[in-house]
Amino acid sequence: MTTTTAAEKVLDYAEALASFDPVMGLEVHVELNTATKMFCGCATEFGAEPNSQVCPVCLGLPGALPVVNDKAVESAIRIGLALNCEIAEWCRFARKNYFYPDMPKNFQTSQYDEPIAFNGYLDVELEDGTTYRVEIERAHMEEDTGKSLHVGGATGRIHGADYSLVDYNRAGIPLIEIVTKPLVGAGERAPEVARAYVATLRDLLRALHVSDVRMEQGSLRCDANVSLRPRAEDQQAVPFGTRTETKNVNSLRSVERAVRYEITRQAAILTGGGSITQETRHWHEDTGVTTSGRVKSDAEDYRYFPEPDLVPVAPTRELVEDLRGTLPEPPAQRRRRLQGDWGFSDLEMRDVVNAGAVELIEETVEAGASPAGARKWWTGELARRANAEGRDVADFGVTPAHIAELDGLVTSGRLNDSMARQVLEGVIAGEGAPTEVADARGLQIVSDDGALGAAVDTVIEANPDLAAKIRDGKVQAAGALIGQVMKEMKGQADAAKVRTLILEKLGVS
Amino acid sequence: MTSDITRASAAELADALSRKDISAVEATQAHLDRIAAVDGAVHAFLHVDTDGALAAAKDIDQRRAAGEDLHVLAGVPIAVKDVMATKGLPTTAGSKILEGWVPPYDATLVSKLKAAGMPILGKTNMDEFAMGSSTEHSAYGPSRNPWDLERIPGGSGGGSSAAVAAFEAPLAIGTDTGGSIRQPAAVTGTVGTKPTYGGVSRYGLIALASSLDQAGPCTRTVLDAALLHSVIGGHDPMDSTSIDAPVPPVLEAARRADVKGMRIGVVKELGGEGYQAGVRQRFEESVQLLVDAGAEVVEVSCPHFEYALAAYYLILPSEASSNLAKFDAMRYGLRVLPEGVDDPSAEQVMAATREAGFGDEVKRRIILGTYALSSGYYDAYYGQAQKVRTLISRDFAAAFEKVDVLVSPTAPTTAFKIGEKLEDPMAMYLNDIATIPANLAGVPGMSLPSGLAPEDGLPTGIQILAPATKDERLYGVGAALEGMLSDRWGGHLLAQAPDLADLTSAIAKEARA
Ligand SMILES: [Zn+2]
Repeated sequence: MTTTTAAEKVLDYAEALASFDPVMGLEVHVELNTATKMFCGCATEFGAEPNSQVCPVCLGLPGALPVVNDKAVESAIRIGLALNCEIAEWCRFARKNYFYPDMPKNFQTSQYDEPIAFNGYLDVELEDGTTYRVEIERAHMEEDTGKSLHVGGATGRIHGADYSLVDYNRAGIPLIEIVTKPLVGAGERAPEVARAYVATLRDLLRALHVSDVRMEQGSLRCDANVSLRPRAEDQQAVPFGTRTETKNVNSLRSVERAVRYEITRQAAILTGGGSITQETRHWHEDTGVTTSGRVKSDAEDYRYFPEPDLVPVAPTRELVEDLRGTLPEPPAQRRRRLQGDWGFSDLEMRDVVNAGAVELIEETVEAGASPAGARKWWTGELARRANAEGRDVADFGVTPAHIAELDGLVTSGRLNDSMARQVLEGVIAGEGAPTEVADARGLQIVSDDGALGAAVDTVIEANPDLAAKIRDGKVQAAGALIGQVMKEMKGQADAAKVRTLILEKLGVS
Repeated sequence: MTSDITRASAAELADALSRKDISAVEATQAHLDRIAAVDGAVHAFLHVDTDGALAAAKDIDQRRAAGEDLHVLAGVPIAVKDVMATKGLPTTAGSKILEGWVPPYDATLVSKLKAAGMPILGKTNMDEFAMGSSTEHSAYGPSRNPWDLERIPGGSGGGSSAAVAAFEAPLAIGTDTGGSIRQPAAVTGTVGTKPTYGGVSRYGLIALASSLDQAGPCTRTVLDAALLHSVIGGHDPMDSTSIDAPVPPVLEAARRADVKGMRIGVVKELGGEGYQAGVRQRFEESVQLLVDAGAEVVEVSCPHFEYALAAYYLILPSEASSNLAKFDAMRYGLRVLPEGVDDPSAEQVMAATREAGFGDEVKRRIILGTYALSSGYYDAYYGQAQKVRTLISRDFAAAFEKVDVLVSPTAPTTAFKIGEKLEDPMAMYLNDIATIPANLAGVPGMSLPSGLAPEDGLPTGIQILAPATKDERLYGVGAALEGMLSDRWGGHLLAQAPDLADLTSAIAKEARA
């Protein structure tokens, strides 16, 4: 089996939509950012040495027993409340039994028919400014599995591998699975709705501080169920079609593309007289197609039953109300408010949101920076750099206070832009706070008349032609001389002052 | 004292140790010697930790010499059922699938024994994963009843009770899922207590059926059981089902040993048809003694007990099928590669390992449980069984409205011969018929010797049941009855058991020849 299966026949998107009405169901798995795992005290840090964050409980050793992490339950309740869900007064964990090498106990402790949160909704804003209400079926708690690494072989998959290693650091990390009700009526905007829903959910979870929501690290993963039903007069009367489930889509763009691809693929099969197989499918970012995974048969039987090793979870109504009090302002509302406060254009605000920099800018402004300055650094230099290096802005060790300080150095006239970039370089390299870096590197705009005057004289002398032009009134030619003075001063000159001096010395001021 | 160190009760041993009449090393060595002498015949142990036990004993002697304030049982050795995880000591649960596994951690109960300064003599034999009523289902061969080496010592914790009955250990730990502490106690002439569910931590107990399993003491006297119960009981934050309350006042109750004015209920449904005549006779005599001592005895009915066995044999296999899924050759224990397969998949390795590593009884129950939990059958089997469980709890609640404790014979018969019922699982399952209701309802129970059946001269047991968390009542009634019976027998019943030393040397000679 190869990973680059050729794309199946697809139907043109517009044609597909003319004949079919897509129905979606989205399942989002969120890894919580609790300090410890769902059922034991092990750390949850990402990227630690394999199997360094394990104990008898999360390894499922004989005799070990789980104990529920109260912090994870609180996060689950807060997520439920933020999704406008009802919170169960009493619910239980269940065992989902199936054999899998990644799974220490060969059952996953999950919630089956008694989720902690159910019956909610999330309003999603679309590009055209309209709102689509995504109905939430449930949000339930479960534990993550370990991770296999297949060594040898060409594909990195188990087939053809020489051996497999299993890292159980991830086993037992708390997960919340958020399941929507069937999303109908989105029509051609179905892929956009899917993307906007996951994006809105991600923003909400980030604002709740319950997860790192990093799709590229798998802390937020989306499974997209897609089915088609033929267009009809009374669409409500047409039953749902057979669905496929595209697993573990790990970027917003991919969510949109995968849904779109499935619509066109299924439409091609259905118009060709074929039928859809109920199966899980894999999304391939590189080729932009989904390929067949496991066929889901009716025989699949997880033999769920209530987890006898855990007592039921029964959050008091007082706790639920206390937690409701900790909910943040909804991200969309908050964005509108901050955009007004900061005076950003819609486009500027969208860049800020896409860069995940709303909070950073807010904190930077609170630390004394101008909104424009804060935006420039976080969504410009730092975002660009993070993108290029495939890192997260937060990993640079640059704080809002640093940026506020840097912005102050620029506005007070001590640094110009290019010098400020060098200072930021130093901050990232761990050389200290901006002022320290500027001091240590000797960065300071020179505005001393003596030093500048000497440099201006040298440059005028070396460029008699240009000097003559300026004397004749062609003032725009001064730019070339300013550039040379800046070079002479190694970029540390006050450009405005240099300009004044040149014009003065050439008698055109 | 030295000559009968192994005949002393734990309480007597504790006294001698605190008076420094003997040292912990002497006490431990005496039991290790006894194990060396008789365990070839009894086979109560799967693993004897000579070095570890002596090191622990030596440590206690040094601390006692240094004047340290020690636990009352410090230096009293103990045997632990091989289903409890012991750090650095092999733990197999009687199964080939865990052969050679050495846990990296201690069960909470084991930590408590160590903290009390009790040397651990070794791990005792059991039916594989505690499935059985005779210890014949151990993958390492059966244990034998010290009263008659051709007979079973009960199960699944036959090793623990046999070790105590054969004077190889003054105390042992057992686990009771459907009677595995009480039923072996009955057929070996010893005392066994199943505390209230959640009264002793299950952390580190290799689960058979999580909602039924309960660890508890196997001893020769009621007072010893109370002493041990006090050590191992109490809340454990590592076990979410553990009761967050102090250990019931079991020691005080055992010392008071009083039944005057108590209301004692004889369960109508336990003790009729299928019960051996001698078992019933000794039970009735015990009840008469309680009446003589001032208790009021009434008959009570628990109508749903007749469904207990059926419910139990759906709930237990269901939970067990899931609990045993972790034995898959991936991380520990046995790994068997399938024959004739060049490049086996993970599933094929799991299947081959489970085929080779599990015994017939375990496979039988995994299949039963898998079936009972499967979709389409869940409501008819597991769901119904849980409803029966609720009804049984209500029977208990109604009975305890009227009486303080309930009594019945512990097991329907005395010990049967090894191999006698091996081909008849149903007959085997019936041994636990009187003990199972307590596990389904989570109430505490105790078995103590009620005498020898006249027809075969083998021990019989009487069971006492109390409401949940009222464990002390078992000890009050048990100790009172034990006192009266000992007076009648002129000492402990086990004094009438055969002296194994001769038999052992005969067996050893046979083995050598
Ligand atoms: Zn852990």
